Amino acid sequence: MENTPVKYTFKDFQSDQEVRWCPGCDDYVILRAIQKALPEMGRKKEEFVFISGIGCSSRFPYYVDTYGVHGIHGRAAAIATGTKLANPNLSVWVASGDGDSMAIGGNHFIHLLRRNLDLNYILFNNEIYGLTKGQFSPTSELGQKTKTSPYGNTQPPFNPGELAIGSSARFFARLGGNGPKEMTDVFIKAEKFKGTALVEILQNCVIFNDGCFKKYTDRDVKEDKQLFIEHGKPMIFGKEKNKGLILNGLKLEVVTIGENGIKEEDIIVHNAQESDSTLHMMLAKMEYPLVTGIIRSVEEETLEERERNLVNSVSEKDKFTCVDDLFFSGETYEVK
Amino acid sequence: MSTSTNNNSKKGIHLESVAIRFVGDSGDGMQLTGTQFTDTSALFGNDVATFPNYPSEIRAPQGSLYGVSGFQVHMGSAEISTPGDTVDTLVAMNPAALKTNISALKPGHMLIVDSDSFSRKNLEKAHYESNPLTDGSLENYKVIEVAMTTHTREALKDMDLDNKTILRSKNMFALGMVYFIYNRSMEYTIDFFNKKFKNKPQIIEANTKVLQAGYFYAETLELISTTYQVAPAKMKKGTYRIINGNTATAWGFLAAAQNSGMELFLGSYPITPATDILHELSKHRCDCYGIKTFQAEDEIAGITSSIGAAFAGDLAITTTSGPGLALKGEAIGLAMMMELPLVIVNVQRGGPSTGLPTKTEQSDLLQALYGRNGESPVVVIAASTPDNSFDYAYQACKIALEHMTPVILLTDGYIANGSAPWKIKRTSELPPIKNNIITEAESYVPYNRDEKTLARKWAIPGTPGLEHRIGGLEKDKLTGNVSYDSENHEYQVNIRAEKVKRVENYIPDIKSELAEEGDLLVIGWGGTYGTLHTAVAQMNEEGYNIGHLHFNYINPLPKNTGEVLKKFKKIIVCELNKGQMALVLNSKYSEFEYLQYNKVQGLPFTTLELTEKFKQLI
Repeated sequence: MENTPVKYTFKDFQSDQEVRWCPGCDDYVILRAIQKALPEMGRKKEEFVFISGIGCSSRFPYYVDTYGVHGIHGRAAAIATGTKLANPNLSVWVASGDGDSMAIGGNHFIHLLRRNLDLNYILFNNEIYGLTKGQFSPTSELGQKTKTSPYGNTQPPFNPGELAIGSSARFFARLGGNGPKEMTDVFIKAEKFKGTALVEILQNCVIFNDGCFKKYTDRDVKEDKQLFIEHGKPMIFGKEKNKGLILNGLKLEVVTIGENGIKEEDIIVHNAQESDSTLHMMLAKMEYPLVTGIIRSVEEETLEERERNLVNSVSEKDKFTCVDDLFFSGETYEVK
Repeated sequence: MSTSTNNNSKKGIHLESVAIRFVGDSGDGMQLTGTQFTDTSALFGNDVATFPNYPSEIRAPQGSLYGVSGFQVHMGSAEISTPGDTVDTLVAMNPAALKTNISALKPGHMLIVDSDSFSRKNLEKAHYESNPLTDGSLENYKVIEVAMTTHTREALKDMDLDNKTILRSKNMFALGMVYFIYNRSMEYTIDFFNKKFKNKPQIIEANTKVLQAGYFYAETLELISTTYQVAPAKMKKGTYRIINGNTATAWGFLAAAQNSGMELFLGSYPITPATDILHELSKHRCDCYGIKTFQAEDEIAGITSSIGAAFAGDLAITTTSGPGLALKGEAIGLAMMMELPLVIVNVQRGGPSTGLPTKTEQSDLLQALYGRNGESPVVVIAASTPDNSFDYAYQACKIALEHMTPVILLTDGYIANGSAPWKIKRTSELPPIKNNIITEAESYVPYNRDEKTLARKWAIPGTPGLEHRIGGLEKDKLTGNVSYDSENHEYQVNIRAEKVKRVENYIPDIKSELAEEGDLLVIGWGGTYGTLHTAVAQMNEEGYNIGHLHFNYINPLPKNTGEVLKKFKKIIVCELNKGQMALVLNSKYSEFEYLQYNKVQGLPFTTLELTEKFKQLI
């Protein structure tokens, strides 16, 4: 019974709830991409759990017809940790925004990545607070004018990739919010990856921060401004496919193939599986080109595996079979 | 020494009960000394109660007043419910320990001091202007000065030991002396050395030698002209062990996991004095128990990870103390909205804010009852002795699982760290625990309720066909879908409250102890049981007619509470806070007048202060 393949379509993952995001929001694209990815994961529908915090994106679990928890602000990562530790056989997904993940929930975010449970995390980064109607977030740009920064934001932003890799993330991917196909593909890879897989989506907020990622994601500039990297392939981008990255000393440099004697074989080949995160960190921090795709994918032992090993080794040594044995062990005495 | 029942005999004077306090520097091993004396006495058959008192600094400067660590043990041949207000013997290992504890020693009683430690430097550190051993200030006590350091050194002179190891075993000299004085055997402690230091024969030998040296020294000392006997207590037949409240709490959870057939998840963040529960459960990770412990990054992750585990079908628990409960407030509200079973333990300490982390208080009652946004009732229960922490931990799990509600279990630093004999319970003797897990349904409606308890059904991820989404937004009364409908909201608020109230149908009636009716009813709750009970019993012996009513179930209150209250002429509510339970009773049974006795010194009540107060009222 366990092995019976179940064939689902995206419709099986549509709940009966009316989706209530603003028309034109990238969240619709992400939802659709997930609903298309889930049937491809070889898992049963009842094994999926979507867990969120608070914010526009945190309504996500209501719209996916699986198990779901709409938690409290910032705590999705911690709730998910308990769910996954309680039942490691589940496929646990966190849906959380930039404020939820990196402001109020920042502590849980970094510790989740450090511990490396085998779960998946979709980070909806729109660089603004949407549900509270337009305040700056921990990823809003310096100088950005918002309702709480009418004269410009004075707090420098986090780069989520840098923060994540700095917190020992083993899997980090970044994608534009207007690329459903890449999303579906990366979500499937995230599920296959053993460990915490963090997928940052640059998600446009049409109401409070419209166009914030335009310079990278608009169709006419996308190929020139984004480098979509793939493991084992050279880091080449541009409409003409003639731009690429090389290492110049300790810095990444954009070069043009065919200029200054640069040949295609000079371009760095992406190794997402390199355990040393130095280059991945540099890629995550680049602004031109903006690096998208799976930047880092390094499998290591997960928390639940370490816990399982611990329980196994304790169980081998433990001489008790039930709690009564424990209660009557050691320093007891009889009253007659 | 409370009551002398027999005069001098060869084996010493018979006493009904004795309280002894061992005090010294944090590094002097006073906790171990006290524990050894306790275990030996329990093994002998005495009823015992203990209370450790140690500083919050881990390694306070040597000899300082705030680095004093103490352990009090009260043993008796009759029922012992408290560690004792005052002590019959005080063992002080240095001037600072003497200064901070002498007031607890009854006048005329025995003070044993390590005279070697009364150096000028140590006297200065203890802020003594003159040496109390020579200035006459101790003339009201029977002072036994012993050069313990010198004697310890002498006992170990043939062994090749470093100075530190020698000084470390000096506590055993004191213990040996006290064993002689109270006619106790050294056997248990020597056995303990053999087990504890199995691979360090030199340490076994050194400790044994010093223990015996102390014992024989006391025997030869003329100053100790009499010894004392405390006969075994009449206790129910059975197998016992000495247990402290935190361990008992942890074990209650182990029993609940086993009897419910569920895996247990504890998400917690270290905080004094609750951490020992996390320590204890972290030891028991064998598959046979099905225990998962998770040290989270903060208090909020402690509880929210537990909520995640509860959603996934584990028996979920989180443990904390006062400030941690404040941090968990929002998440308790979430668990209440999601109607998941969850046990929250608050080992209360002195507040507010960081307050007095190592001291006891009962000032979180209102926080437990009301410290959340919105109308968010949860079940609140309290353990009242170290050993019954086991029963109430078990009961908290039972209520949470059977009624699908968060349950807050209140204990406090006093019973959490204090120990008492526990007549060991077999899990088969405990009431069964059911749960509300559902594995199949025609169409699952998350908020469809049981007619009697109003508990909803619990569908666990991994169960086909029962997929559903729940969260903290107000939800439709049946489907659990988000609902902003005003009538639905009011209905839900009412039914959640009604569900908690109906727990009253599943808890025992409350009974007043020592008198069913009378002139005064002394009300308490939680960890003050022992002292209140002792004080009320003492007064009844003196001919007064007063009852003791002690609450373990606080929300909901036992149904017959009003019936009991009306049988007494006066009611006094005694609490280690400014009157929180009195406020609760007043709001529910406003027809009665509640007098109050309140204390917020970070210390338990004393029997004396209680009896004085009660006498004024009658």
